[in-house]
Amino acid sequence: MNQELSLTIPRPGEPIIEVENLSVQFGALEVLRDVSFQIKRGEIIVVVGGSGCGKTTLLRHIIGLRKPQGGSVRITGLDVHNSSGRQMRELRRNVGMLFQSGALLGSMTLAENVMLPMEDYTRLSRREMGLVANMKLSLVGLSGFQNHLPAEISGGMKKRAGLARAMALDPLVLFFDEPSAGLDPITSAELDELIIKLNKALGTTMVIVSHELASIFSIAHRVIMLDKSVKGIIAEGDPHWLKDNSPTPLVRNFFGRHTGGDAGESAQ
Amino acid sequence: MTVKKRKRKLSVETSRVGDSQLRIELSGRLGVDQVDKCEADLETAVESGLPPSVLIDLSGLNYLDTSGAMVLQLFKANAPANVQVSIQGGDALFESMLTLVVPEQVLAEPINKTDRKRNFVEDLGRTARAVGQDVGNIIGFVGQITKGLFFLLRRPGSLRLGDVFYYTHAVGVEGLPIVALIGLLLGMIMAFMSSLQLKSFGADIYVATLVAVAMVRELGPIMTSILVAGRSGSAFAAEIGTMKVNEEVDALEVMGYDPTLFLAIPKVIAAVLMVPILNLFAISAAIIGGMFVGVAGLDLTPYTYINQTMASFDIGDLFTSMAKSSLFGLLIAVIGCQKGFVVGGGAAGVGKATTGAVVAALFLIIVTDSVFAIIQYYFL
Repeated sequence: MNQELSLTIPRPGEPIIEVENLSVQFGALEVLRDVSFQIKRGEIIVVVGGSGCGKTTLLRHIIGLRKPQGGSVRITGLDVHNSSGRQMRELRRNVGMLFQSGALLGSMTLAENVMLPMEDYTRLSRREMGLVANMKLSLVGLSGFQNHLPAEISGGMKKRAGLARAMALDPLVLFFDEPSAGLDPITSAELDELIIKLNKALGTTMVIVSHELASIFSIAHRVIMLDKSVKGIIAEGDPHWLKDNSPTPLVRNFFGRHTGGDAGESAQ
Repeated sequence: MTVKKRKRKLSVETSRVGDSQLRIELSGRLGVDQVDKCEADLETAVESGLPPSVLIDLSGLNYLDTSGAMVLQLFKANAPANVQVSIQGGDALFESMLTLVVPEQVLAEPINKTDRKRNFVEDLGRTARAVGQDVGNIIGFVGQITKGLFFLLRRPGSLRLGDVFYYTHAVGVEGLPIVALIGLLLGMIMAFMSSLQLKSFGADIYVATLVAVAMVRELGPIMTSILVAGRSGSAFAAEIGTMKVNEEVDALEVMGYDPTLFLAIPKVIAAVLMVPILNLFAISAAIIGGMFVGVAGLDLTPYTYINQTMASFDIGDLFTSMAKSSLFGLLIAVIGCQKGFVVGGGAAGVGKATTGAVVAALFLIIVTDSVFAIIQYYFL
C-alpha cells in the first residue's frame, strides 16, 4: 500500500476505519478498555450509549485529536496516531468533522468558514471557492447566508454551516458529534435525509455520535453501543434487530425507549 | 486489503454532430480539485458558439462529487434560453449527485447585502458613534456599580466575601512578584542613569531623592496600574466576556442575582484595595534597587541613602500616591468588567473586549494622572 504520495482507498464494503484494543484513561478514570471494531467504506455507523460512556472520547481518538493510552486507530490503513505529518495531512483532507457546537470561526463569514479547507488543499480561485462554498451552504439549507457571521445565526444554523464546512472537500469519512442536538425535528429530519443522500451519492462513510432514536433508526446501517460499566462495546448491529432481539435488557430498553432502563446505568 | 488510487485527471473532449449538436465527453475524475479545469475546458468548448443542442456525456467519468456536479449544473443553467443542454451517462449515482445541486441556490444573492468595504468618512462616523456608545456604556455601568455599592451598604450580607478574597489574592498576592521585580529594576535603572550626570556635579546623594520622588509622585502608581491593567483588567474582561458568551450571565440574572453585584463588585473592591498596596511595594522595591546602585556605584552608605530618601517626601505625598493608585485600581476594574459585560460575537468578541479593556484603562490612567498633577500643582 502506498503511504507516501497518494492516499489508498478501500473499495466499498471493505474496512476503512479499524480500531484495535483502544484504551483511554483520564488520570485514574478509565473510560475505554480494549475497544475493537471495524467500519466499512460506505457504512453509516451510529455510536450510542448513556452520558459519560465515552462516545465523544471515542470519536476524538478516532480522528486523532487525542492519543490513547493503548491500542491503535487506522483510517485507510494509516495509523492516525503514528503517521508522518505528510500522511496525516493527506488523511485529514479526506476526513471531515462536525463538532457539537458547529465550531465555526467567529471572525469569518459562513462562506469564509466553508472556504477554509479549500484554501489549504486546493488551487481554486477565490470566485470558484466562493461558488463551491455557496453550493455547500445551499446543501444544508443556508442558501443566501454566505455573508453572515456565526454570531448572527442560530445554534441550529451554526451546526448546519459546520456540516457545510466539514463537507467542503467531499471527504471519504464524515464524523458527526451529536448532529441533531439543538435542532428542531424538521431540520433534524432534513439533516438525516442529507446524510443518507451524501452516503448514497458519494459513498461517504459516516460515523455519528447520537442520542436521537428516530434519527438512529432512519439512518444507521449499524450501531455500536457503549456502556460505562464494561468501558466498551455492549452491543453492535442493526438497531431494529437489537431493539427486539438483543439478549441484553439494557440494549432492548435503550432502543425501545422503555423507562425501566437507563443506558447510562450499569449493564450489570 | 484491495485498494484503489484516486485518478486525479479530468479529460474533456468535444465533437460536433453537424451544426445542431455539440457533444462534450468528460472522462477521469471531476471533483473539487478539477473545478477550475472543468470550467475552463467547458468555456473553451463553447468559444465558437453554441449549437441548439449540447450533450454532456459522463460515461467516461469514474468520480463525480458535489463540486463537480455544481460546475455542470451551472454550465447548464447559464446556457442561453434557445440552447438545450442535457447531461447523461455515467454511474447511476451521478444523477442523484446532480439533483443535489440547485444552481439558483448556488447563485443566490446574500441575504444581508451589507458591503463590508466602507469608505473613510463612513468609518469615521462609525468610530465616533462607537466611542459615544462606549462612553455611554461606561457611565451607565458606573451608575450600576454605585447602585450596587449603596445596596451593599443597606445589606452588607449580600457581598460575596469569598470572591472578594479570591480576587484580592489574584490581583494582589499573585501580582506582587512582577510588580516588585519591575519596581526593583526601574529603581536601579533610574539610579544608574541619574548617577552618570549627578556624579560630575558631586551631587551623588540626590540619586536617592530622584528615585524616591519620581516613584512616590508619578512612576509608582502609573507603573503599578499599568501592570495591574495588563494582568488583571484583561483577565476581568475575558472572564466576564466568556461567561456572557456562555450565557452564564443571563443564567445569573434569571436566578434573580444582579450580575454587577455578583461579578463586578468583588473585583472592584479587590482592585481598589490591592493596587495601593502593590504601589507601596513597587516604591519600596525601587528604593532598594536605587540603594544597590548608590551603595555599589556611588560609595554611599545604606544609612545615608535611606536618610536622604526619607527626607525627600512627606506623608502627604505618600497619601496622594496611595489615593491615586486606588483610583487607578477602580478605573481598571470598572473598565475591565464593563468591557466583559458588553461582549458579543463569541471568541472574537472576548478578544476584542480584552484588548479594549487594557487600552481604555491605560488611556484613562494617564488622563486621570494628568488631572491629579494639575490639582497637586495648583491646589496642594
